Amino acid sequence: MSTFNLDVYMPVVILIALALLVAGGSMLLGSVIRPHHPNKLKETAYECGEEPIGSAWANFNVRFYVVALIFIIFDVESALMFPVAAVFKKFNQIGLGGTLLLSVLTFVLVLVAGLIYCWKKGDLDWVKSFNTPQANLAKKDK
Amino acid sequence: MNSTVVTYLSQSKELSAAIAWLSKTLGFDANSLVSFLVFAVVCLIVVGVMATIGGLGTYAERKISADLQMRMGPNRVGPYGILQFLADGVKMILKEDIIPSGADKFTFILAPIMCMVGVFATLAVVPFSSGFMLANLNVGIFYLVGMASLVGVGVFLGGYASNSKWSMLGGMRGASQIISYEIPSTLSIISIVILAGGLSMGTLIGGQGGLPHQWYILHNPFAFIGFFIFFIASLAETNRAPFDLPEAESELVSGYHTEYSGMRFGLFALAEYIEVFVVCGVAVALFLGGYNVPFDLGTGAIFTEKLGLDSMLSQNIGQLLELGSFFTKTLALYYVVIWVRWTLPRLRVDQLMTLCWKYLTPIALFNLLGCAVWMYAFDGKSIYSLIFETAATVGGSH
Repeated sequence: MSTFNLDVYMPVVILIALALLVAGGSMLLGSVIRPHHPNKLKETAYECGEEPIGSAWANFNVRFYVVALIFIIFDVESALMFPVAAVFKKFNQIGLGGTLLLSVLTFVLVLVAGLIYCWKKGDLDWVKSFNTPQANLAKKDK
Repeated sequence: MNSTVVTYLSQSKELSAAIAWLSKTLGFDANSLVSFLVFAVVCLIVVGVMATIGGLGTYAERKISADLQMRMGPNRVGPYGILQFLADGVKMILKEDIIPSGADKFTFILAPIMCMVGVFATLAVVPFSSGFMLANLNVGIFYLVGMASLVGVGVFLGGYASNSKWSMLGGMRGASQIISYEIPSTLSIISIVILAGGLSMGTLIGGQGGLPHQWYILHNPFAFIGFFIFFIASLAETNRAPFDLPEAESELVSGYHTEYSGMRFGLFALAEYIEVFVVCGVAVALFLGGYNVPFDLGTGAIFTEKLGLDSMLSQNIGQLLELGSFFTKTLALYYVVIWVRWTLPRLRVDQLMTLCWKYLTPIALFNLLGCAVWMYAFDGKSIYSLIFETAATVGGSH
């Protein structure tokens, strides 16, 4: 029986190379056999037949930015939770499960507090303007 | 347990003979060379099979949707139209490729390739069977979560680079949706990691058995809810209906790939269908017992014992059974994904975000804590074994 001291990441490298090969190869094959008759009208961006006005790279709704901010917090949280989760069983077997459980609880509860704060502040609502004090006052007046 | 393809194949005499012969002719130790070749060939096979499954996925999608809507679906190319995906592929390669004049050309070309790389790289850890795993990385599921998020980058880049308003809207929605739904899906993965006590696919599946009561989905109530959260979040992450907002064809023309034509669009579609398969495979591996076959048939020991077969042959039979078990469950889930798409209407953007942040994320956090407490309180025993034990003690006291 032979031993293989090959890096376990070899298939990963091969697969990425294959992905580049498949994508590049099909594009290259296509560029040889497909027709190529560009004209100005073909190369405009599609806007249902209208001529596009201005660039699409304009200012965008700030909601997407807030979502990304909340995401980063939780993504870092889940990245930090992975090692704890991976050793939980072993710690539990040697009788340290309680300590670990307590640390997980503290960690998650801090985050839950953050989530509740965002929720109360209305950062989780997509259309925030429905919940502003002014809008609520207007609702009461009716 | 055999971890990767090479360690599995190295048990056979033929491979050792080949290594010995190569070492002799080439004059150096050919171990690494042979394992590289084996990896390359097996990767090619996996990519080929996955591309076919992706292609057949588009066919299945159209055929099943036709079934659900009492239509015929594709039926011209080949028997029952099953070769339709090949015809589509030929058409895509032959189609003229248009890059809009206002587009960011480099990013425009990069985006579909990014999607392909992200999806193909995840294939390395998909556990087809105990011997047929490309790489049993010790960070398996973590690696998969990381690599799968490359697809989101590809979607966003595709939408941004086109410089078209439809694409931009689709790309923005895609980015926010994919990153949001990553949270509940990752949290439910973590709750399973707590139960299994390891990140590698081998550990995660090794903790389960072949029969449903040994699966993690029925391990405890929290894992049971976790499965559905993971499944819903995965649907959203792969941009499948009812969460197909990034490409919502009735409102955004075709979303982030509006400006893509020909093979570049084909690469996006192929990546999406393969990703659905990978995600179903992960759901099976984490919650539905993975490649485990009931009654330990997967190791093949029983064939040697009862039928007197050669040990390598019976091991191969066991591997085939495991492959069958994995593919059966995964394709069944694949069917459910398509079924859901043609049954449920699409959500609105605000409903999508509400569902993720106000429902799935808190429930997933609760599940995570629940699984941790369950592990601590019941020593990691499943609900089935707890009932069994209680019944035994009650029965014994009489």
